[in-house]
Amino acid sequence: MQPIISIQNLSKTYEGGFQALKNIDLDINKGEIFALLGPNGAGKTTLISIICGIVNLSEGRVIAAGHDIVKDFRAARKTIGLVPQELSTDAFESVWNTVSFSRGLFGKPRDDRHIEKVLKDLSLWDKRNSAIKGLSGGMKRRVLIAKALSHEPEILFLDEPTAGVDVELRRDMWKMVRELRNKGVTIILTTHYIEEAEEMADRIGVISKGKIILVDDKHALMQKLGQKQLTIHLKHELPAIPEDMSQYPLTLSADGLCLIYTFDTQRDESGVADILRKLNEHGIDFKDLHSSQSSLEDIFVSLVHGA
Amino acid sequence: MNFYAIRAIYKFEMSRTWRTLLQSIASPVLSTSLYFIVFGTAIGSRMQSINGIDYGAFIIPGLVMLTLLTQSLSNASFGIYFPRFSGTIFEVLSAPVSYVEILLGYVGAAASKSVLVGLLILITAQLFVDYEIQHPVWMFAFLVLTAVTFSLFGFIIGIWADSFEKLQLIPMMVITPLAFLGGSFYSIDMLPPVWQTVTLFNPVVYLISGFRWSFFGIADVNVGLSLGMIALFLVLCIIGVAWIFKTGYRLKD
Repeated sequence: MQPIISIQNLSKTYEGGFQALKNIDLDINKGEIFALLGPNGAGKTTLISIICGIVNLSEGRVIAAGHDIVKDFRAARKTIGLVPQELSTDAFESVWNTVSFSRGLFGKPRDDRHIEKVLKDLSLWDKRNSAIKGLSGGMKRRVLIAKALSHEPEILFLDEPTAGVDVELRRDMWKMVRELRNKGVTIILTTHYIEEAEEMADRIGVISKGKIILVDDKHALMQKLGQKQLTIHLKHELPAIPEDMSQYPLTLSADGLCLIYTFDTQRDESGVADILRKLNEHGIDFKDLHSSQSSLEDIFVSLVHGA
Repeated sequence: MNFYAIRAIYKFEMSRTWRTLLQSIASPVLSTSLYFIVFGTAIGSRMQSINGIDYGAFIIPGLVMLTLLTQSLSNASFGIYFPRFSGTIFEVLSAPVSYVEILLGYVGAAASKSVLVGLLILITAQLFVDYEIQHPVWMFAFLVLTAVTFSLFGFIIGIWADSFEKLQLIPMMVITPLAFLGGSFYSIDMLPPVWQTVTLFNPVVYLISGFRWSFFGIADVNVGLSLGMIALFLVLCIIGVAWIFKTGYRLKD
């Protein structure tokens, strides 16, 4: 399938000489939720800003919905909605006017029913005649989302959508994102909250210091890089790990009541069965087993620091 | 052409005008009325007529021009500076609009507003003095051309400025003095010969002179020259704006 966004050898050097993006190659598939993960200053916003036309690219090219974003910017931009990170809104305009303005700006004829639906979906309908300056931060965020959705984009960029947002709005937003995806909208979100990527995304790209260091399916990524830990809670205190078990990466807790075994999920044989058999042979009884998989956060931290 | 976008920007800008009706329309009308009372009625009644025109009537074109210039500059510069300042400019930059459409929206709205103010002043002036417009079509043409030209200039200032102070700098420090010294309140014949020559370097002289000709059929400089100067200034502003958009100056990194 043709990717809906194709980024080819994209570089960006700012006027001061700072290279924000280095030879980025990235394809986004139609209808997926793609999370771009990276620490502050990694180049997430620059990448989005280039695709949306707010920042000029230095090298390379980007195709969005089949259109070159520079040569054919009109057709490309019509398909894109952007919710920026900053809460940049008009102060004195009403919610209704500012959202209607966005629709017109993106070349769509007036459609009050669509605007009404967007406002209702985002719980903004009661506030439609209020001036934006009187709204809370969360409401302003909703207004920005409404503006981006006013022109029915095929591609939606959410730049740090949940930064400074309360739990309720975050949940609403996740729900909305899933509904949009079900309608076929492609969603690209940047975040440095890993739980968000873990919760939402189909695929994850990790960006660090202007380079994409990894792109993968979320589950594959977690499987590929994930480490599992098996904790064996013993019935009786164990003074030391038996000698013939020393080939396994086992550690004994200080109180001698827990054995911890770390293994790679990638390997075909985890060695768990062997360990349990050996424990049995030594007559070591255990009362409980607990296994945990490393979170995306652990993976992420090890990646970024390794890069 | 993205007509919906032009309309959206234009409507949005004009709604700012209606929302701030007192400041944007009533205040220029009031201050011009004050000029009429002071210069036209109070002082003007003791002045000789100029070229057979009553002084009160003589200053009308100058006053309209004065307001037109400052209004066009401040409307257009504020219109584009404020979204830059508040950050909402991102949306215009990310929209499927060409520079021509952005200009038609912003500059069109700014120019419409100042033409509107200009016409209101002409109506207000009827309350103070009797006057007739000999060439109404030319009068309107000068009005619109000047409004568009100075709105373009204001747009450039709004892009260039990176603080509210700079936004005010050129209108206050350059345009207002040039307009006062450009024959708003006198004919340049009334100046000593040396100053008559110096004055010819003031571009506003040509605007006011041409505009006054459309009212009374008299002019300090040839009407063709006036038109030529406006056209020249218009072209310069278009070149400036084209350069800004081509390079993304102060708009895009």
